[in-house]
Amino acid sequence: MTELAISVEGLQKSYGSNEAVAGVDLAVNQGEVFALLGPNGAGKTTTVEILEGFRKRDKGNISVLGEDPAHAHAAWRQRIGIVLQGTGEFDELTVGEVVRHFARFYRNAADPTEVIERVGLTEKSKSRTHTLSGGQKRRLDVALGIVNQPELLFLDEPTTGFDPAARREFWDVINDLAHKGTTILLTTHYLEEAEVLADRVGVINRGKLIEVATPSELGGRNFATATVSWRDGREETDQPTMVVQRLAAQYNGEVPELTVKRPTLEDIYLRMIGER
Amino acid sequence: MDLALAQGNIELKQFFRTRESLVFTLLFPIMLMVIFGSIFKNIELGDGVTLSQYFVTGMIASGYLATGFQNLAITIPIERDRGVLKRYRATPMPKWIYFAGKAVSVVALAVVATILLLIVAVLFYNIKLPTTAEKWGTFAWVSILGLISFALLGVAMSSAARTGRSAPAVVTPIALVLQFTSGVFFEYSALPAWMQQFAAIFPLKWVTQGLRSVFLPDSFASQEVAGSWELGKTAIILGAWCIGGLILCLLTFRWTTKRDG
Repeated sequence: MTELAISVEGLQKSYGSNEAVAGVDLAVNQGEVFALLGPNGAGKTTTVEILEGFRKRDKGNISVLGEDPAHAHAAWRQRIGIVLQGTGEFDELTVGEVVRHFARFYRNAADPTEVIERVGLTEKSKSRTHTLSGGQKRRLDVALGIVNQPELLFLDEPTTGFDPAARREFWDVINDLAHKGTTILLTTHYLEEAEVLADRVGVINRGKLIEVATPSELGGRNFATATVSWRDGREETDQPTMVVQRLAAQYNGEVPELTVKRPTLEDIYLRMIGER
Repeated sequence: MDLALAQGNIELKQFFRTRESLVFTLLFPIMLMVIFGSIFKNIELGDGVTLSQYFVTGMIASGYLATGFQNLAITIPIERDRGVLKRYRATPMPKWIYFAGKAVSVVALAVVATILLLIVAVLFYNIKLPTTAEKWGTFAWVSILGLISFALLGVAMSSAARTGRSAPAVVTPIALVLQFTSGVFFEYSALPAWMQQFAAIFPLKWVTQGLRSVFLPDSFASQEVAGSWELGKTAIILGAWCIGGLILCLLTFRWTTKRDG
């Protein structure tokens, strides 16, 4: 039984009459990549910012690396890396200058050159940050988040606005960190991202955590029935191969307009958050 | 301490690489000095002092206002909006380092601005550098107290602007009103009494008057409203603003925007 990196019980937070977080329980193991998945305004960022020590909670017990983030102090911050939403803060400084400067704040900082290399910005090391593309700026944010070799890394919607190629490159950086044992709490509204990166996914909607599961088991996906459809009919089944064989025999070869479809993660997710 | 200097260095790098801040904070006062200094050159105020000499000392005080008050009151809200402050709060950096960095950069900029303004003033507007240690001493303490109170008020003001974009619109008129009423563009003693009383509340009036005592002949003191340079009163009022400014900062400073809750 390993100690939990993050444990949350009964977290609540309201802004006026709007209940942003309405009782969230969460447990993230050490070394795990956990994705909080949910639509915009579901309470992801509020939850994460409470865990990061930026916001006060109304109710609930929280422990992040064994401490209450509401009393965040320097020693705790030494062990945590944060990649905030939004980017582009130091326009006129170069990538190297920004990373080297932030490295100064930490006792066990990694070599800035190595950090820049890890996020794939070596070529841009001497460029002013305002000349970077959106994806490159985000990788600089990650560089600042990992310069202290954190035990726990928060990533808040890290790839919003990326093109598909940039997103894939970014995932490689995160997977690399995960393999090195960093615990990661990620928020995203991209299903594919949760599927690629996360060991477990928590779906959050209207301030409530509605399910926690591995990506392949989310929403009973592994038990979900497949739909076999063809020109003259359709059938829900958990034995699609048998159905197709039966149909093949029936049509004596080619089944007209045959499709076999399993629900995608997206289908399940949209059903969970009530959009379908 | 090293960290504070490193922070100051980062601040200065950002400043000098941003063309707008360079132009507005450092070059604009020099441009004003040249424009108004040339217009006022033939206006005599008595005791051999021209309005341009009077104005030039006021511009040095305005330089402190620009580098301390305007600079901080405009850049901090922008940094807050863009998440720079939050970014720093996410690190174990002690909070005071951020302000120490700002202080280093404000002092460096004020020194550069003052030297540039003095060069122009001495070369073109017949200003003489002080010749006694006492006058240099006055120059030093008026400058230091003035700059500290402006910088603290700038930090306090930074929490008043709701967004980074609105900050210049809030801050610029305040600076202009103070300059018009505190004896920068016009002779203070020639202003209506109510305007004098208004300006005497704020530090700029006392900084301009203190600097006049450094750069204008002693005989000119009789032309001041009180008939003297009032250095003792200046020290008390600027000192009070330093303390009041610090309290205001401690009460109002925010690391995050209001949206962040």
